[in-house]
Amino acid sequence: MLKDQDRIFKNLYNDMGADVKSAQTRGDWVNTSDLIAKGRDWIINEVKDSQLRGRGGAGFPTGLKWSFAPKEVGSRPHYLVINADESEPGTCKDRDILRFEPHKLIEGCLIASYAVQAHVCYIYIRGEYFIEGQRLQAAIDEAYEKKLIGKNSAGTGWDLDIYIHYGAGAYICGEETALLESIEGKKGQPRLKPPFPALIGLYGCPTIINNVETIAVVPTILRRGGKWFSSLGREKNTGTKIFCISGNVNNPCNVEEEMNIPLKELIEVHAGGVIGGWENLQAVIPGGSSMPLIPKEKCDTLTMDFDSLMAEKSGLGTAGIVVINKDQDIIKCMARIARFYKHESCGQCTPCREGSGWMWRMLERMAKGEATKDEVDMLGDVTNQIAGHTICAFGEGSSWPVQGLLRHFKKEIEERNNLDPIVQKKNNIPYLVDQHLLDKENA
Amino acid sequence: MSLRRPAKNQPETFEFNSSSLEEANKIVSKYPEGKQQSAVMALLYIAQKQNDNWIPLVAMKYIAKLLDMPYIKVYEVATFYSMYNLSPVGKYFIQVCTTTPCMIRGANKLVEACKEKISEKENELSNDNSCSWMEVECLGACVNAPMLQINDDYYEDLDKEKTIEIFEKILKDETPKPGSYRGRSNTEPENNRKTLMDIKNA
Repeated sequence: MLKDQDRIFKNLYNDMGADVKSAQTRGDWVNTSDLIAKGRDWIINEVKDSQLRGRGGAGFPTGLKWSFAPKEVGSRPHYLVINADESEPGTCKDRDILRFEPHKLIEGCLIASYAVQAHVCYIYIRGEYFIEGQRLQAAIDEAYEKKLIGKNSAGTGWDLDIYIHYGAGAYICGEETALLESIEGKKGQPRLKPPFPALIGLYGCPTIINNVETIAVVPTILRRGGKWFSSLGREKNTGTKIFCISGNVNNPCNVEEEMNIPLKELIEVHAGGVIGGWENLQAVIPGGSSMPLIPKEKCDTLTMDFDSLMAEKSGLGTAGIVVINKDQDIIKCMARIARFYKHESCGQCTPCREGSGWMWRMLERMAKGEATKDEVDMLGDVTNQIAGHTICAFGEGSSWPVQGLLRHFKKEIEERNNLDPIVQKKNNIPYLVDQHLLDKENA
Repeated sequence: MSLRRPAKNQPETFEFNSSSLEEANKIVSKYPEGKQQSAVMALLYIAQKQNDNWIPLVAMKYIAKLLDMPYIKVYEVATFYSMYNLSPVGKYFIQVCTTTPCMIRGANKLVEACKEKISEKENELSNDNSCSWMEVECLGACVNAPMLQINDDYYEDLDKEKTIEIFEKILKDETPKPGSYRGRSNTEPENNRKTLMDIKNA
């Protein structure tokens, strides 16, 4: 278990209060101007040394992303955008940072803005988090009052304005380019990449977009050194991470732990074990609903980091762990996730808009045992026609959980759905036979 | 994609009152000059607050004029995002999360409670016209599942009895206390906390 002194979010459960005074006792805003005085290159190098990877789901190296921002500010200003549109089912970590550690985020915004030469930072919060947004706004007001941001922020000589932009209930706005469209006052439909936002982003200007957790850990990394951060976890999967453990566990909770922690330890130690005991575990969704589920056999030895989950054809995603025990109908659970994607598809690309509905309807029937045998493979085909054929990764994300279900629970689906299509039963009814198949036989 | 239709009965006129207008101007000033269109989402939200929690078409036209943008673009935004109510809802607007993490912890019981206490069907006003409910997708409080949202507040760690208690309060026009209904603090593991104990006990 991670030592308490190595935890970054000491106020995760709000034992101390979120105001600037108690934040300062936790070490925030203590020597911000000294950190910034060391210069842009030092900050970016330190973040690169820490091997910090984005906490929003894709796991892109943060230092590298920052270095994509143009070195000189041209005619177009630079922007920093914080993605707080946390909507992935199973994930609720950013909510706690917004509520209880807002000053870590604001200080991180200042450092990141300086590193990418932005004077304006927008924080995009999902509309449902209205109360959390108000708390963050209170913290921002406090920071302005103490001159920690604004003109000559915290005595660093850097000017920074932070604004909150509320979303209005669209999952797709968590996709970075859709988020930019949304800030520009349009429908949140993703843009084609390239051009990447680092060069052409918000209002056509260079824009760096980071997740809340990524930015909030940066000040601590700079204070304690990239070496300290990279000493936790393992190579390329370093540092600490807030895990959200929900579903069929005795004590669902958020907890900050070291990367590469065994899944079993997370569930047994922090979440009080699976309801009905470890043997009652059926499957685990390791990183928010888009990530393919992992069956129990593999959960025994699984460690939680980007690369080890990738090796299991899943992913760490947002580290929102949903535990599903044997009392649940796994097909129904996945059908509900498919319904989520059907509801949240932005409608821009046909494969996702239509395919997500198909997947949902097929899975609903499969849960009831009303599907035919060959539909199981057909469902697999549908997922393959979505994956890789959409503008954004979220479209593909709708197909991954279904692919995971088919990979690990195909037998269950087939056992429940063994209706034989009429075509195969009565081959001699000419008008019901697929002529195409007959031709093949005669060939 | 969700299908969203504007209400049949629409008011004739709409205008921001002075406090809404002040708030709107403050929001427009957050964005660079000439990019006032960015404020459209926030302005729609202000209109919704002012107009009993729903947005009539005239409000969209009014906002389009205010921000100097085509009406259809405002309409596009208002119909795209699911938090804009295009037809009247209750003064207490209840949203029940039923996505998988809530579902496997018994969100259907909360839906049952809604059907018993509020109205038989989704998006239908209760008998006294004060409440309405709907199922929504993940509200991002998964470790506090099952949960629901009433207007801006989250009510967490619920079961059917506690949900009914909450509904009885709002039907009497009282605001129940938001947060966890099992008495735990925020997202900590209930009675099983192993981390940051020094800070907790300090």
